Parts: sequence; C-alpha cells; structure tokens
Amino acid sequence: MPVLLEARGLHAGYGETHVLHGIDFAVEQGGVTALLGANGAGKTTTLRAICGMVRTSGEIRLGDERIDGRATEDIVQRGVAHVPDGRGTFVELTVEENLKLGAYIRRDRDGIARDFDRVFGYFPRLRERFRQQAGTLSGGEQQMLAIARALLLRPRLLLLDEPSFGLAPLIVQEIFAIMHRIRAEEGVSILLVEQNASLALEIAEQAYLLETGRIVISGPAAEIRRDESVRRSYLGY
Amino acid sequence: MEGVLHQVLSGIASGGIYASVALALVMIYQATHHVNFAQGEMATFSTYIALTLINFGLPYWIAFVITVVVSFVIGLLIERILMRPMMDAPVLASVGVFIGLLLIINSCTGWAFDYMIKTFPTPFPGGPVLFSGYVSGHELGATAVTLVVLIAVYLFFRHTKLGLAMRAAAFNPVSSRLVGIRVGWMLALGWGLAAAIGAIAGMMVAPIVYLDPNMMSGILLYSFAGALLGGIDNPLGAVLGGFAVGIIENLAGAYLVGTELKLTVALIIIVSVLVVKPSGLLGRTVLSRV
Amino acid sequence: MARNAVVAVVLWLAAALLPVLLFSDYHLFQMTMVVVYAIAILGLAILTGFNGQISLGHGAFYAIGAYVTAILMSGYDVPYWATLPVSAIVCAAVGFLIGLPALRLGGLYLALTTFALAVAVPQLLKHNALEPWTGGVQGLVIDKPDPPFGLDLSPDAWLYLFSLFIGGVLFLLAWNVVRGRIGRAMMAIRDHALAAEAMGIDIALLKTRTFALSAMYTGIAGSLGAIVVQFVAPDSFGIFVSIYFFVGLVVGGVSSIGGAILGGAFIEFVPNLAEKVSKAAPGAVYGVILIAVMFLMPAGAAGFIGALFARFRRGTKSAVVASAITGETGADKLSAAAALPGGADPDAGGNRSL
Repeated sequence: MPVLLEARGLHAGYGETHVLHGIDFAVEQGGVTALLGANGAGKTTTLRAICGMVRTSGEIRLGDERIDGRATEDIVQRGVAHVPDGRGTFVELTVEENLKLGAYIRRDRDGIARDFDRVFGYFPRLRERFRQQAGTLSGGEQQMLAIARALLLRPRLLLLDEPSFGLAPLIVQEIFAIMHRIRAEEGVSILLVEQNASLALEIAEQAYLLETGRIVISGPAAEIRRDESVRRSYLGY
Repeated sequence: MEGVLHQVLSGIASGGIYASVALALVMIYQATHHVNFAQGEMATFSTYIALTLINFGLPYWIAFVITVVVSFVIGLLIERILMRPMMDAPVLASVGVFIGLLLIINSCTGWAFDYMIKTFPTPFPGGPVLFSGYVSGHELGATAVTLVVLIAVYLFFRHTKLGLAMRAAAFNPVSSRLVGIRVGWMLALGWGLAAAIGAIAGMMVAPIVYLDPNMMSGILLYSFAGALLGGIDNPLGAVLGGFAVGIIENLAGAYLVGTELKLTVALIIIVSVLVVKPSGLLGRTVLSRV
Repeated sequence: MARNAVVAVVLWLAAALLPVLLFSDYHLFQMTMVVVYAIAILGLAILTGFNGQISLGHGAFYAIGAYVTAILMSGYDVPYWATLPVSAIVCAAVGFLIGLPALRLGGLYLALTTFALAVAVPQLLKHNALEPWTGGVQGLVIDKPDPPFGLDLSPDAWLYLFSLFIGGVLFLLAWNVVRGRIGRAMMAIRDHALAAEAMGIDIALLKTRTFALSAMYTGIAGSLGAIVVQFVAPDSFGIFVSIYFFVGLVVGGVSSIGGAILGGAFIEFVPNLAEKVSKAAPGAVYGVILIAVMFLMPAGAAGFIGALFARFRRGTKSAVVASAITGETGADKLSAAAALPGGADPDAGGNRSL
C-alpha cells in the first residue's frame, strides 16, 4: 500500500524539553495506523508535530511534499484534519457553527452540503443538537462533534488524539463502531493515538508503540495483538 | 417629568457613543484578553483626520467614509506591528505597551493638529427636533448612526463566514488554526474593526464636546464602565452596558451629584461592578484552573 | 552588605553636598523634583514592582498629599514640615481603603480601575462642595519656607537638603521592608498568590497594607512637591501624572529601589529636553521609550546597569556599587523576560472541554 504520511528522524519538543528523539513512522493510504504508548510517551506531541504546532527537526512528508516547518494553517490546507486531545471544541459557539468551521477552507457549497448529510448519517445526535451551544453537549457528543468537524474538511489524513479519553465505555464503543464505518466508507487515512490499546489494535492495520519519545515496537496490528508478551509488558492487557 | 425624559433621551444618545467604544474594547478584549487603553486616543486621532479632510473641502460623508477606512488600516497596522509580539506577555508588559501607545498617539495628535479646541461639524440638521425639543437633531442622528453601526457589526459577526472565523479565533486560537483560520490576520481585522468603530464614535461625539487631543479620555472612562457593566467578554452586554451608563450618567448628573461629578459616577460603577460581579451583568463567570 | 551600606551612605552624602555647593537655585529646584518624583515612584514600585498590584492611578495619592499640605499651610498656618506626618497618615488611610476593594481585582482590572480613578480625580478636586478648602479651579498658593536656624542657605538649597533627608529616610525604610520578611511575603504574593496563601501568608492583610504603604510614600512625595512648586491646582493632577509615574517606574526598573531614583530623574529631565523640540514631544518620547523598554529592557535601567556590572562581579568595587545603586532583590517576575503565563505548558491556550 502506498504511504500517505511519512516521518523520518523526527525530533520535537517544547522549549527546553526534548520529547521525541528521532522517530520514524508511516501512515498507509486509506488505512488506520495506531500510535500507542503510556502517558507522557510523546503521542500527542507526535500529532502536534505533524500539524506544525511544536518545534521540530527531521522530515515529515505528506504525499510527496515536506510539511515539516510549515505553519499549521498551511498544513490544514493540504488536507490534514486534527482532532486534538480535549476535543478542541469551540464551546461558546453552536454545533452548527462548529461544523461550519470544519469546512472553513472549502469553497464547494454543494460538496459541503452533501458532507453535512453524511456526517449526520454517522452522528445523528448532532442533527438533533444543531443549534445548541457546543459547550452544553456531553463529553461523548463533543467527541462526535470534533470528529464530524474534522471530516467536514474532507481530509486526506485524519489525526485522532485519544478519542476515548474521559468517556464512558459504552460511548467509547459507540464512537469506535462509527469509526469503523468511517474507515470503510470515507477512504480517509487515519493516524489514531490511543491509550486504550485493545480498541486501537482492533481497528488499525499498522501500529507503533512509543515509549519516552522513541518507537520501541512497530508492525502489523494483528501481530502485536497476538503477541502475548508484548501485550502484557507494554500494553497492559 | 419632562426633565427626566430629556435626560433619558440625551442619555441614549451619548449611550450610543459609549456603546460603540465599549464594543470596540470588548472586541479586542475577547480576542486578546488585553484592554486597549489607547482606544480613546485612536478615536480622537481619527476624528482629527476627518476634520482635516472636511477643511480640505470634502463633503462630510465622503470624509466620513475615508476616515473610517483609514482608521481601519491604522488599527490593522498597529496590531500587526506592535501587538503581535505582545500576545503572550505578562500583564504589566502589555499594560505598558498600551499606555505607551496612548502616549504616542496622544502626542502625535497634539503635534499634527495643535492643541486648540476646535468645532466639529455635524451632518444632521441642528436644533431641537423630536419630542417637543427634547432631542437635538444631532443627538438623534448620532443615535441612528451608532445603532446602524452596532447592528451591522452584529450581523457581520453572526451571519458571515469571516465574522464566524473572527469569533472562533478570539475564543479558541489553537482550534482555529486547526481548521485553517489565519488567526493572526483575524486579530488584525478585529483591531481594524475596533479602530473603525472608534472613529465613528469620535466623529459622532465631537460636535457635542468639541474637539481637542484629550476629547475621549472621559468617554473612554464611561465606555470602560459600560463594558464592565455589561460584561467585558460579551459584545451584546457591552452595548447594553454602554447605553445604560449613558442614561445613568445623565440622570445622576442631573439629579444626584451634579454634572461636575459625572466621571466619579463612572468610577463608582466600575468599582461596584468589579467588586460585586466582575463578569458583568451578562458575562460568564470564568473559572480558572489553578 | 556592610560595604554596600557604606557606599550608599557616601553616595547620599555626595548627592547632598555637591549640588548645594555647585548648582544654581534653578538646578537645585530640579534636583529637588527628582527626589520628589523618586519618592513617588518608589511608592509605586512598592505596590506594583514588589507586590504585583498594577496601579495607573498613583497620581491620586500624589494629589491628596499635595492638597493636604497646601490646605494645612495656607488655611491653618501649619509649618511645612509638620504637614508631612499628617499627609502620610491621610494617604496611608486612603490607600488602605482603596486597597480593600482592590483585593478582588486582578492585574488588568486593577489597572483599569486605578486608571479610572486617575481620570476622575481632577473633577473631584474641582467640585463645589470642596471649594472652600481646595480653592476650586484656581487652586492654592503656598509660601516657600525659609531655612531654619538662620542657616546661610537659599530656600531652594534648604528644600533640596530637606527633601533629600526625607528621601533618604524613606528609601532606607523601603530597603529594610523589601529585604525583610514582609518584603519576601509581598513578593511571594506577586509571584504566586495561591502558593503564598497555602504557606500561611494572610494575603488580604498584606496587600492592603502594601497599598497603604505605597500610598503613603507617593502622598509624602506629593506634599514635598507642593511645597517645592508652591502651588496646587486640580488640573495639574490629571491622568498624565499617574501615567508619568508609571513610565518612570518601568524605565527605572519595576522592582528596583535604586531604579526609582533613575525613574525620577527621567521624568524630571526628559520633558525639559523634549519640549525644546515641540510641545508634543515629551509624550511621544515617553511612549516610545516605554514600549522600547517593554520589548528590549524589561527590567528597566536598573536591571540593565545591574546586568552590566554583573559581568564584572567577583568582589570588585564596581559590583558593590552596582548593588548599592540598583538594590535589586532577585528575579523580576513581572517583566516580559520572565516566564510566560502558561510557562512551557504545551496545553496552554485553546480549551479543554472535558
């Protein structure tokens, strides 16, 4: 499978703190790649590095162009949608306004309208709460809103940062079921960061394990899932 | 009774001015969490530009439009050049920069246009007009203009894509970048818009209070009071607060403390609001994480 | 430390004797104003620099001090030196009262409120009800005091020495406060109020007391200023007085005792020089320098000098002189050079809707 996103020798950090120590990874076109690891391993930093939100050195390629060193807005223009940790919802704005912002850079009115319908297909609750203030939505609904907003960009690459965080198990299951659908129907490539390794490995084809800023394990998700020793020592189940 | 009506109507007219400046203050505060102490000076400078154009021979409304556009550009430039680096600075540093800006603009105004008090023309037919002479033609016209401006701004922010982007950039710059909004330019536009609104307020108030380099300092105070009263992070609140302060100021000046102490009334409003309900009547109480 | 003290005393004596011997009356008058402004700015430094409460309204205390002195001297024939303690007490009381509501106001809101206070002050002073005392718009005129004991000094020289003496006492007091337990508590509140409270510091009491102390200093300065200038009128106490004190504070060094002297000199002499260019120049110069300092030299002139001399620190005389002058007490947390509000926290900014 061709590769959509590739990182080589990626270093990243905040101020004095050096978080990523030269990692290599790739996201296959049309597939789901999981990035696993414990708290503080650098998973969120990796997503931020891709989006140009932190200082980086090393190479990041999207398709055939380099995106490292570019401004976030430029990277978004190239079809990268990032659902950040904490959802990043515009809590003061309505659901409708949040969704409209998702499509901010697009100009095709009809395409956007069709995508709104598709997104309501995945998340009917958003249609119900269309004019409600986003801050009043439950955690699960805000996560759905965040994903929907990202999809409205019609991205090539979808970055998801811990979609299960802080949500009740039932809601998490619901969201991941929808993600399976999205993966099947949208053709978008997904880089999924998750602490909940079992959920992530169920949906991903490839997986990487980060530990204190270095990749310690990488390979097909199915293999990692089968490997008991890896699961016990690194993934905790 | 007629006296009260007159004061209230006058209060609405001046309230419109305060509401406009309060809106400008709140726009910048919402986006940057800074108070633009130089807002008054910018408006005064703009008003002088208008006067210069009018004295040059331009018809009033042409001068008006040019002034608004020029003020917009000046506001935009100030943000791009001066405010960008100050985005994350500590409070004292940003206060210092704003006060510095106040001083510079105030001096430039005095230097370019001298310190003599000048009259400023009004485009509206003069003399007491409506309601058996309770409102002058200018007060009515000024109220109408400020209402038009406020409604236009409201419609812009609520119903246009750019307005939505500017609100998003003010509320959540990080997420805004993630949808492709150029936050820096949104801030600059916000400053430009605030400057333009201030210019309009200045041109509406100058015929009443006469034009000199320190024309707006009292008005800035009333606008602060209005913005705080309504809620410094709430544009609608700021507008309502501005009108409220206009009416309160006039009534208090006429019946309570005398016109010489109207500024003190503003001060009392400010202190009361900040002590009793800092988020203002319509603002949200913001909890901050320790 | 003892060496610092000796150097400071030597400098102070030199400052006392040399100008009296060498300068004309007009220059002595200017030097006296430098001392007056230095005391006023020191008051502001105590509140804003060391305790983190931003005031854009200290001109109000300056005005109160000035008027107390003027009223007592012209209306009740109180000798000039006796008005100072009265002024101190009145201003401290007013400062304390203002400090009470100020407790609820954080940085920006306090700046805004004190700004409002400063704008409102001239109007208050002109009010009819107070006119019998304040002299209304025309203000009050005071006679310049003669040197006591028939000393062979001009009145200007005497006033200079008198102010220098008061200034010396006040600076010494401030120095002691800042270096002691109270000073550390003040700075703890400035840097992290919650932690300070957790450590048992009574924040409310300390903040209001600091306000009172700060107001007292600037009020005494106002009294001295009135005596020296011999005249008080409402329009001399507008918003720009407060703003100029703020400029002097920042330029001299926000949390620096010695910096207050530099600031005082700055706001006394710069307008004189700038006005030769144009009437508008002083304001512009202040504004440009204020912004430049914020960007380039956040610790002000005192910080700059201190840093310069720090290069030669290693027990040389210049280091001793430097610390004597600057009186710096550690990191200048309020300056832009210090840590950003969110620190290096990558999650700062944006919202977390958990």
